[in-house]
Amino acid sequence: MLQIRSVAADDPVDSDVSKPVAEMETQPVIELDDIQKVYHTGEVDVHAVRGVSLKVMPGEFVAVMGASGSGKSTLMNTLGCLDRPTQGRYLLDGIDVSRLDRDELADIRNQKIGFVFQGFNLLSRTSAIENVELPMFYTHRKISGHEQRERALKALDLVGLAARADHHPNQLSGGQQQRVAIARALVNEPALLLADEPTGNLDSQTSIEIMGVFQKLNDQGMTVVMVTHELDIAQYTKRTIVMRDGKVLTDTPVTNRLKAEVELEKLRDAQKSVQLS
Amino acid sequence: MRRIFATFRIALRALRRNKLRTLLTMLGMIIGVAAVISAIGIGNGAKAQVEAQIAGLGQNVVSVFPGSTTAGGMRGGWGSMSTLTPEEAKAIEAEVPGVVAVSSEVRERQQVMANGLNWNTQILGESPDYLSVRAWGLESGEMFTEADVNSAAKVAVIGKTIVDQLYSGADPVGETIRIRNMPFKIVGVLTPKGVNFFGQDQDDVVIVPYTSAMRRVARRQYLSAILIQAAAPDEMPRIQDDVTGLLQQRRPGRDPDFIVRNQLELAEAATATSKTMTWLVGAIASISLVVGGIGIMNIMLVSVTERTREIGIRMAVGARGRDILLQFLTEAVTLSILGGVIGIITGFVISHFISTKTSWPSLISPTSVVIAFVFSAAVGIFFGFYPARKASRLDPIDALRYE
Repeated sequence: MLQIRSVAADDPVDSDVSKPVAEMETQPVIELDDIQKVYHTGEVDVHAVRGVSLKVMPGEFVAVMGASGSGKSTLMNTLGCLDRPTQGRYLLDGIDVSRLDRDELADIRNQKIGFVFQGFNLLSRTSAIENVELPMFYTHRKISGHEQRERALKALDLVGLAARADHHPNQLSGGQQQRVAIARALVNEPALLLADEPTGNLDSQTSIEIMGVFQKLNDQGMTVVMVTHELDIAQYTKRTIVMRDGKVLTDTPVTNRLKAEVELEKLRDAQKSVQLS
Repeated sequence: MRRIFATFRIALRALRRNKLRTLLTMLGMIIGVAAVISAIGIGNGAKAQVEAQIAGLGQNVVSVFPGSTTAGGMRGGWGSMSTLTPEEAKAIEAEVPGVVAVSSEVRERQQVMANGLNWNTQILGESPDYLSVRAWGLESGEMFTEADVNSAAKVAVIGKTIVDQLYSGADPVGETIRIRNMPFKIVGVLTPKGVNFFGQDQDDVVIVPYTSAMRRVARRQYLSAILIQAAAPDEMPRIQDDVTGLLQQRRPGRDPDFIVRNQLELAEAATATSKTMTWLVGAIASISLVVGGIGIMNIMLVSVTERTREIGIRMAVGARGRDILLQFLTEAVTLSILGGVIGIITGFVISHFISTKTSWPSLISPTSVVIAFVFSAAVGIFFGFYPARKASRLDPIDALRYE
């Protein structure tokens, strides 16, 4: 919370900061009310999501799981304001976004949501810091070049990559690229961090490191929702939602929650013992 | 403003990424614009030259030529009629308003001799006003006078070519030149006028009083032409009509045996030619610009497809459709303007090269540069719009998923 707030403190215009803490705790970040999504492909209507209602409160860390075709990707696209639901209401940080037009959705994505993708989706041949600055380029409020750089550097610092600000994606490892992507997602101080299989392209140790970054951000107050199909990755979150056939099958708090620091320590010990033997 | 600058920077970076492709795409624009600039430059140069030569024929000149004779079924052609007289010239000068100067003209080719050398040249019998009518000056000496005309004096003003041929370039004022074996005193030398646009050497000439020419050289009673100078260009058509009326009045009951021409007709013919040229160049220019524009559109479409994922990323982090449209439009316009500017420079170089290697003058007007620039920008906007709009209408989800 502290570090994210410190980024936000430099930015008095941002609405989140001015909100009283009590109100923030009572108002859900995500409130879905009977969300349905139907794709009209040819003659058959595909019901990808058939009636999902759920609430995500600030500071939650949610894993959405499910087999392919369960509707979790469609749900993520809806949550990410990349797509509009066919039916139902979606309140994001108190704003009804279910009926906004394309341009308004773009602004919501810019201000309220930070995306982290499986394939990192960084602009190649563009330095890490310029990638992080990208969302601010599309912010309507004028942000000076100096402020952009400062905020981007802070976001990179938050994910531990400030030293590599001028490296290009092809000079960074997969884990480092994903950290840059997370920094990019954080730079506009969103209400919600959405991650779509963020560890899908990473080896197990790097995956745990990235989960550590998410846990750290969540500890600081960031609301995180991620899609994953790996059970052990879901163990790092606080709440697991399992979907099947476009509906929520189970919605349970995570017991035996894993801590990334502890798991990394275990991994290092294991590696040491292998080397010793 | 800063936003536009940043968008422009992104466009430049994108274009730098594919240097060869950028260059090849611009090539269409470069060739088109360079062709237009150099063609217009050379066309303008030629036009200016023709205009200078027409001006060299004299200022605001209306000419009267004798008509055609018919004898035994043989028609003599313009100038064969022997009816124009110095009296008519005097009548025109006295009666037609707006006439500044009149010169009676007698033309005759004769052999001239001096210093033991001889030369066949054009003898012109004229009035002292001739130099004013033709806007011609003297290099040395003086023009003969009205008194010389009245006395049919044996005096002559000669052109530079005669000086070169008979006097080896030395100043011949005061010397004698023999025309038809009669000695004429040289009183003046004309400033060189060069070749006219029919290819004739205008300096190969000996001018004597028209009375002397009629009595001593050509030995005839009629004129080859009457040259009339109008006070202003817009008076020429009226003077043309007045002169026609006056001459017709002096020939009661006869068909007109003369023709009256004015210089504007000549200038109009020349202008019409250059107008046709301009249209032709313009047509070629627009074709090449369209071809260049299609090249840009093609590459922009490829670029949009290649960068679908980038478009998806930009949309995901909050780019509106308009932002994407502007980005690709800026790229297309940058391409076309860059091509246009390089084309303008190349056009300069080409026309300069041509005018130094040949005798064609070239004249690149600032207007043609501005027009070329504006057109290349317009081509970028026109042909860049479709690909840019296509990019801006992509669905962010599909764009992000694009491999």
